[in-house]
Amino acid sequence: MDPRRAPRTVSDPKVRKVGFFTDPPDRSLPGPPDHPISSFPTSPPSTIDNSPPSAGNSLSPVMIPPPRHSSSILSPLRRDPAEFFPLPASPTASTSFSDDVASTMKGRGVAAASSSLPGGLFFYIAAIKSAASSVPASGLTTVSVVNNLPIEKGGGVAVEMQDDQSSRSKSLKEKTTKAERRALQEAQRAAKATAKAEDGKTPAAASGGAASVKSGKSVKPPPSQKNDSAALAALEKKAGDRPPEKDRKKEVPQPRMQFDDKSRVEKAKRRAVVKQTEARNRVELFRHLPQYERGTQRTELRSKFFELDPVHPAVYKVGLQYLYGDICGSNARCIAMLQAFQEAIKDYSTPSKKTLARDLTAKIGSYLSFLIECRPLSISMGNAIRFLKNRIAKLPLTLSELEAKATLRSDIDRFINEKIILADKVIVKHAVTKISDGDVLLTYGSPSAVEMVLLHAHELGKQFRVVVVDSRPKLEGQLLLHRLVGKGINCTYTHVNAISYIMHEVTRVFLGASSVLSNGTVYSKVGTACVAMVAHAFRVPVLVCCEAYKFHERVQLDSLCSNELGDPDVISKIHGREDINFLDGSTNSENLQLLNLIYDATPSDYISMIITDYGMVPPTSVPVIVRDYRREHLWI
Amino acid sequence: MMELEIELKKASDSLKLWDATSISLTAGCDLFMRYVTRTSALEYEDFNSAKSRLIERAEKFGEISCKARRIIAMLSQDFIFDGCTIMVHGFSRVVLEVLKTAAQSKKLFRVFCTEGRPDRTGLRLSNELAKLDVPVKLLIDSAVAYTMDDVDMVFVGADGVVESGGIINMMGTYQMALVAHSMNKPVYVAAESYKFARLYPLDQKDMAPALRPIDFGVPIPSKVEVETSARDYTPPQYLTLLFTDLGVLTPSVVSDELIQLYL
Repeated sequence: MDPRRAPRTVSDPKVRKVGFFTDPPDRSLPGPPDHPISSFPTSPPSTIDNSPPSAGNSLSPVMIPPPRHSSSILSPLRRDPAEFFPLPASPTASTSFSDDVASTMKGRGVAAASSSLPGGLFFYIAAIKSAASSVPASGLTTVSVVNNLPIEKGGGVAVEMQDDQSSRSKSLKEKTTKAERRALQEAQRAAKATAKAEDGKTPAAASGGAASVKSGKSVKPPPSQKNDSAALAALEKKAGDRPPEKDRKKEVPQPRMQFDDKSRVEKAKRRAVVKQTEARNRVELFRHLPQYERGTQRTELRSKFFELDPVHPAVYKVGLQYLYGDICGSNARCIAMLQAFQEAIKDYSTPSKKTLARDLTAKIGSYLSFLIECRPLSISMGNAIRFLKNRIAKLPLTLSELEAKATLRSDIDRFINEKIILADKVIVKHAVTKISDGDVLLTYGSPSAVEMVLLHAHELGKQFRVVVVDSRPKLEGQLLLHRLVGKGINCTYTHVNAISYIMHEVTRVFLGASSVLSNGTVYSKVGTACVAMVAHAFRVPVLVCCEAYKFHERVQLDSLCSNELGDPDVISKIHGREDINFLDGSTNSENLQLLNLIYDATPSDYISMIITDYGMVPPTSVPVIVRDYRREHLWI
Repeated sequence: MMELEIELKKASDSLKLWDATSISLTAGCDLFMRYVTRTSALEYEDFNSAKSRLIERAEKFGEISCKARRIIAMLSQDFIFDGCTIMVHGFSRVVLEVLKTAAQSKKLFRVFCTEGRPDRTGLRLSNELAKLDVPVKLLIDSAVAYTMDDVDMVFVGADGVVESGGIINMMGTYQMALVAHSMNKPVYVAAESYKFARLYPLDQKDMAPALRPIDFGVPIPSKVEVETSARDYTPPQYLTLLFTDLGVLTPSVVSDELIQLYL
């Protein structure tokens, strides 16, 4: 299946007299994944030149990027790299300039990360390097920017090209926004001292809201929280998006907490229930994600059991289960969390002089921060929390406490039933129509929805066999394999390294998802993107089974900006194979950084259809479902 | 009301059975049934008024289907310019209406028409076009790629428009769309909105088969198999625009419309 390129190639101005031409949404002009245009509609025209030649000149009638002042700065980029460097001298120019550069480099970083480096990028990097040597003074500006990172990194240019330009993009962003942030925070230090008294309650809710994007819409931090809003403004700028003013007033989800912002990390640490030490040897590119030493987390939590007054035992139990990895998979985690909250609500009693709605919301917020410390929330959990907070806020004031609690608990039951259990049944019903006799189905990891589909199809008597693809370090596929073979299904088991070897005999690929984002990107366990890409290359249809409650209006273009970091030690050791211990002793070396990513993002071009409880839809229809879903939620 | 619904469902089912392969028939029946179930949920005390409303709706439905062709013809006029060459496949009354309207507004264009074996649709269409004084050139089906260079756009109708935005149409449409896409020629589909169906084929074999015997003119030895399928599925990435009575749509909008209609 070729990427959907048809609409763009048609824009011949002679034909396109634009009478009834309805603007296609940006996502119907996706182009290949390494194409920065659809990702950055406002990126300067020079990036269009830099992208692969197939990008086309026919872009103009449909999408004309607004002329940017920086385009004049950037266009000499390719021709005269020496001129590039004196420009960062002026701070004001550099703010927007480096933002643009950062965004274009981020765009290129995306390109670099997701596919081979385009030719222009090599030129650019080579140019930087040559300029760095030929123009030492200004060259050092950029090089020193690279080095000007929060944690000590020895001088000198980074070795790896990829790391270099991507870290440079991040550092350029950091440099400017940090300066701004520093200024703002100096000014607000006084206000902070006075506001420190209120630090107890609201920051807990705020951090619960801030740390998880998807939750906490109904709990807005009061605008008097100057320090939060300052960091917020800085963060929003850092993220590179500039929401229009009116959007800020609307329900904008809190930006996620970026863990390379030292002041926020410090603040969060002070509020934290559990003390955690940050891991050493963190990969530069992922400094914005939290990473802790697993060992200390566990001992801390265990020792604190009797001191954890604010945390309900059911929630504590679930938190521990997350930490130890006993509960895995977004549905399981979501259900466990909701059931723990049900218990907590049962045992809850409103203290005097407080309203149930506000106090309960605050309590849930504090439970959430605890759970987040054990393991960051998944998107499905975030949506569930949003639902719960919505329900709490909508409770009629006339209800007595007992009635309110009963209503909430039955609401949670209904949510679990309708949105997860029944939704799975509908998904299974749709999916089995796509399985026919003689099929060879491939699945990756252990998605719960896909497992149900396979078992049901087998019950219906369809003749098929399954290829289970697995990967380290979790090896979740083995559990699925066990269960399928137990039911008598013919299975083949392989690791993800062999995916291109096995793909030629596969007829359908079924994947699960942790979430599907608005641009059709599927966010799921790391390795899924690989499987989908190989399947696409072999023209095998890829079907993603995902309940509608996991959809999110967020858009993510790559796997870097938001992810989860797992325990890096698991990579260096292979459980049960003590003879393979080449990394013993080197894990603490400065030159070695271990990276254990949990999630990745699969572009919508590789997905043939998404099977949800709304039926079978193409990936382009996800925003429609999100819109529908939100509307429906307001009526519940 | 419930009884009436059940009766209607039975009627719709038997109608669908009459031609199990026609997607537009199925889709049309489903759409009407959808309307019935939706309205009967609003309880009418007066049975007669409910009945008359349904009849009114049914008549409107028929009217819409007739008017739809005219709306589509109007919408597509902007895309046909003087001196253009249009390639057509299969005999679609909607496409004929489009070309008729263009000819009547004195536009100068010419049409390449594929033969359309085994139905010989090409011959019928070229007859009609010749009556309108439109210059027509008849091609054999294999000459599509050969002549695609001279073509400015491809116009086809559709038996059904599926949820992914692709279309199911007479055998040969997929081929033509592939060639047009690789040569960067736009492919336009003219289809009424009642043809939107809740199907989602993943590949060519994923549809209900519609077979039609082919007459080669000479007897075939018994050991030789013949591919008799009468239609194929064109995926949405090869289609440029869909002209429907809902407006000019891109393929991804089809699913949005279907979701809003059915949910």
